[in-house]
Amino acid sequence: MTSPTKVLVLSGGISHERDISLKSGRRVADGLLAHGVEVTLRDPDATLLSALVEAKPDVVWPVLHGASGEDGALRGLLDMLGLAYVGSDGEATRLAWNKPVAKTLVERAGVATPPSITLSRDAFRELGAESVLATVAEHLGLPLVVKPAFGGSAQGVSWVDSTEDLRKAMVHAFTYADSALVERRVVGVEVCVTIIDTGDGPRAIAPVEIEPLSGHYDFEARYTAGATRFFTPPRLDEHVLEALHAQATKAFAALGLRHLARVDFMVDSEGKPWFLEASTMPGLTETSSTVLALDSAGYDIGSVYAALVESAAS
Amino acid sequence: MMTRSSGISLDPWFENYAERASGLTASEVRALFAVANRPEVVSLAGGMPFVAALPFDNVSRTIQRVIENSGAAALQYGSGQGLPALREHIMAIMALEGIRAGVDDIVVTTGSQQGLDLVTKLFINPGDAVLAESPSYVGAMGVFRSYQARVEHVAMDDEGMIPQALSERIAHLRRQNVPIKFLYLIPNFHNPAGVTLSASRRLEILDIAQAEGILVLEDNPYGLLWFDQPPPHAIRSADEAGVIYLGSFSKTFAPGLRVGWVVAPHGIREKLVLASEAAILSPSSFSQMILADYFETNDWKGQITTYRGLYQERRDTMVSALATHLPNVSHTAPTGGFYLWLTLPEGLDSKEMLPRAIKELVAYTPGTAFYADGGGRGNLRLAFCYPEPDFIEEGIKRLSRVITEELELLETFGPTATDIPLGVTLDAPPPEVH
Repeated sequence: MTSPTKVLVLSGGISHERDISLKSGRRVADGLLAHGVEVTLRDPDATLLSALVEAKPDVVWPVLHGASGEDGALRGLLDMLGLAYVGSDGEATRLAWNKPVAKTLVERAGVATPPSITLSRDAFRELGAESVLATVAEHLGLPLVVKPAFGGSAQGVSWVDSTEDLRKAMVHAFTYADSALVERRVVGVEVCVTIIDTGDGPRAIAPVEIEPLSGHYDFEARYTAGATRFFTPPRLDEHVLEALHAQATKAFAALGLRHLARVDFMVDSEGKPWFLEASTMPGLTETSSTVLALDSAGYDIGSVYAALVESAAS
Repeated sequence: MMTRSSGISLDPWFENYAERASGLTASEVRALFAVANRPEVVSLAGGMPFVAALPFDNVSRTIQRVIENSGAAALQYGSGQGLPALREHIMAIMALEGIRAGVDDIVVTTGSQQGLDLVTKLFINPGDAVLAESPSYVGAMGVFRSYQARVEHVAMDDEGMIPQALSERIAHLRRQNVPIKFLYLIPNFHNPAGVTLSASRRLEILDIAQAEGILVLEDNPYGLLWFDQPPPHAIRSADEAGVIYLGSFSKTFAPGLRVGWVVAPHGIREKLVLASEAAILSPSSFSQMILADYFETNDWKGQITTYRGLYQERRDTMVSALATHLPNVSHTAPTGGFYLWLTLPEGLDSKEMLPRAIKELVAYTPGTAFYADGGGRGNLRLAFCYPEPDFIEEGIKRLSRVITEELELLETFGPTATDIPLGVTLDAPPPEVH
């Protein structure tokens, strides 16, 4: 075993996704421990930075979802401290964390993404909710998806079929963030593509088709075992799967990501993949599609985690 | 485009669950409470007693004595009905609230929550009605749902359940031929509403129940934690044949021992013992012996007085902070217990507001947790039992900012229609949350 001996796994934090992060962190720690890696698991808090300077772990793995881990701030600080860590760097993380920015970047790289508009609370206050909502509904058309501009686990996300629902969806999204993304809803097949790069270039791992029994891949469907059916490989033609691989890898590169990410798509009835978002620290819980993808592709999860740690250290 | 029809389910037994398990899913709201235990967050959400106020040296000696003197018995199975020595102490405790009971009338349970479960198990067929206050205890809602009861909320005001509303609800259910199995009440320092059922209403409600042949289930975990004056005597003190009483050591001593009790009419009691043995064989001998020794060797009444003083100070702090920071928000004025029930300004939704509150580092329990019919969106429960007074003040200040922000959002978007889910939601914090 040549892995670095000391890995600090960070999980928890004070984001809305703390619960998910705690679960992901424990599973990452277990996977690494099973491969002989010395792991310390801790919650980031006001003593973290001084503790890092003191302990000097070989690698830090911020298994943090939500603002505290995915807005790029912590990773930027790790860069300043000269510490190696698993995951994309601060700048790439910050860009991917901002869903509207990520959409713009991947679109410029030639990856299709559904038409959308980003709206701040201030825009509604200034221009009036009724006229803004009417304009959005008219130009983007229904159905729509409304998401907080930042955040994961489908928290604050609504699937909208009417203008009245749109108003409610905006209020829901704004309780999580002050800016919201309103996106035309692509009706089709939802597919997640996990990409890993352990030093030999990014590899798109077995795409996973997601079929939530409720119809929407919301929080409940994501974290209730059995509430979603997964198909890997997806029930899609070979050329669509190839397109997904190519588009996911392109999005990964366009955002400047490294080590590990999950890229989410909707595939429409014509077989065209539409980029939805990218997660720089995908959920690694028992119900997460990334874990399922690795498992289905025949990877030993702990070995992958250990390889990511090694890659980060080097 | 479809090439394969089979899929992977992460729970292969998903289709096999009983209908009563249908609501047991991951919950976005419940996940948010994970943040509440972080030190940066002022949690006014959970109902943890402040057990740090216990005399730990004495408790330690008690535990040591139990092991040294009766270790083999303490670590062995015990009676399904509970340790007689502890039941003697329970008699003395209940006498403080006017209840006369013999040792054999008492069934010790694993927390009063188990008593609630056993009574519901004995009486409820799917679709049977349980009458409960509006709002009612979230833990009871969960139990009632698990036995597929139909929970019928009855309006309450500052004096507790309104007798007229109870009569009307009973008449309504009778017209529909719905069997009414019992009336569930928390008469003292109600959870979550914080109000106390007045003495006159206790008798009125009991009269109605007796006239209608409806069993009363009286849940009284907070009765001894009064601030200014004791609450009226327990309803059970006025009717031994038609009232089941649930008691608990979780608030007057500590929830970690998980010991409560049920006092029930003879026929019901016999079934409770058998049902309890079927469920758990026997309550913890160790916990019961610790409690029995504690009551014999400690000033337990003095400890309850300590708790009262501590909770009263926190109640005062919360009420005063609300007057300062949220002067236009109405709330109940608890005279004991742990909780205060707040009514939000018109149009605000406590469940929708929670993510913003978590972002502002304050937590509460949305009112929706306490209803089986989708109600409670305009309310929230604030617990003053666990945080120190300084934190309570800070928490209310933060809550005030959250409400201000939400009002701005309301002003921008106007009121939005809200989905009313039927059945109990998982909007309450897990028990280990502050």
